[in-house]
Amino acid sequence: MLELKGVCTFYGNIQALHDVSLSIRKGEIVTLIGANGAGKTTTLMSICGATPPRRGEVLFEGRPIHTLRPDRIVALGISQVPEGRLIFPEMTVMENLELGAFLRSDTAGIAQDLDYVFELFPILAERRRQLGGTLSGGEQQMLAISRALMARPRLLLLDEPSLGLAPIVIQQIFAIIRKVNESGTTVFLVEQNAHQALKIAHRGYVMENGRITMEDSAHALLTNEEVRKAYLGI
Amino acid sequence: MDVQYFFELFLSGLTRGSIYALIAIGYTMVYGIIELINFAHGEIYMIGAFTGLIVAGILGTMGFPLPAILVLAVLVSMIYCAGYGYTIEKIAYKPLRQAGRLSPLISAIGMSLFLQNYVILVQTSDFVPFPSLIPEFAFLEPIAHIFASSDFLIVVVSAVLMAGLTLFIKYTKMGKAMRATAQNRKMAMLLGIDADRVISVTFIIGSALAAVGGVLIASHVGMVNFAIGFLAGIKAFTAAVLGGIGSLPGAMLGGLFLGLSESFGAGYISSDYEDVFAFSLLVIFLIFRPSGIMGKAKVEKV
Repeated sequence: MLELKGVCTFYGNIQALHDVSLSIRKGEIVTLIGANGAGKTTTLMSICGATPPRRGEVLFEGRPIHTLRPDRIVALGISQVPEGRLIFPEMTVMENLELGAFLRSDTAGIAQDLDYVFELFPILAERRRQLGGTLSGGEQQMLAISRALMARPRLLLLDEPSLGLAPIVIQQIFAIIRKVNESGTTVFLVEQNAHQALKIAHRGYVMENGRITMEDSAHALLTNEEVRKAYLGI
Repeated sequence: MDVQYFFELFLSGLTRGSIYALIAIGYTMVYGIIELINFAHGEIYMIGAFTGLIVAGILGTMGFPLPAILVLAVLVSMIYCAGYGYTIEKIAYKPLRQAGRLSPLISAIGMSLFLQNYVILVQTSDFVPFPSLIPEFAFLEPIAHIFASSDFLIVVVSAVLMAGLTLFIKYTKMGKAMRATAQNRKMAMLLGIDADRVISVTFIIGSALAAVGGVLIASHVGMVNFAIGFLAGIKAFTAAVLGGIGSLPGAMLGGLFLGLSESFGAGYISSDYEDVFAFSLLVIFLIFRPSGIMGKAKVEKV
């Protein structure tokens, strides 16, 4: 479904990604784990068009997208839950969700998806008139995921959804990610919380210093000696 | 205390303040979205007045009735200035979007000087009489000596436009996209909002409102020249800062606050110091409450 081929991304003269290649098949949860500053977020930004790669290709369903503008890429069915959630703090929960569906005009479908996200996260329905900035961290993460789902994506990109959340909330968020995947959305999950990520993923990639250093099934990575030492703290 | 004098000052402050508010909206919206002080905005207001003058002149010789001339002059001026605002952004600011904050600011000052000199060149550097386009309303006759028809129309039109804009920003899809872009441009982009389009719409709306202000005030005062945009622009910018730059209700409130302060200051203290009041207020606010009346102090979360 999504394929990166030899992607090299730069910030000015600094190369953040070196020859990154990875692929995500339809229906999978694929995770990208790695330390802080390894290039995980940059990988997502190279996919969504915010920092397009200088070399290499990004193919979505066989079609090159690395030359498209971010709004065109969203329109193709890739939406993102960014690092730090980036909720619009001065807008209500409802308005945040409506903006998730910004590129859509099928009113009936939007209403249907609104019911869907309220079913996933009933707390958001209760807080729909509240300003985004007044929500707790966990609620903001739920809102960020819901907002991304409102675009009815075929591929959902998640950047560190567990960041700064209480363990119980993390469990809840990951259960929802799995549920969203089971209902047909392909998921690309970037995480520092390698253990949680590998538990729900089908396959995983390990990134170090802007390079992919390992690729395997999630189960194999969970039991891999090196991964356990470096990322699972065991 | 003379009550009638007080009301006279109050009403003239209201008129003045409405115009400041109309222009301040353009400053504050642009600042809210791209964090740029668009110094050429005052010139848009001035060009709006000149466009109104030309349209009124043409329609007048064709024998149109006064109300029709007024409405058409305002509409044509709005469209024309919207075009100017759009073009200025594309020429002077868009190429500098990645260039830090100082470069577009200098570009804005350059654009302001360019537009003033352009008007001198194609029009004149002298004051030009502006026809009185605003009809006399019969119901205002008893108080016409303190609140003329032109005052009334300026206040009402400004109020209607500001209410309309508030509803637009609150309820339309474009309005929501504008707020989202102002709050977090990167996230707005990740949701598929085209920032370039939002920025263009912002310039178009701000310019069209300034054009309305330009035509109405020119008709009220009775003359225009190439430099009127400079002072009006700086005053409106002051109003935007007083209200809290980036905040739409702040710009409206700041405009009224400034207009009333000037009017009372000039009326009760000395009209020689009219401009001094405005800029003293600006200095006082910048020292003691730099975020303005409605603005919030920015809290950097770590």
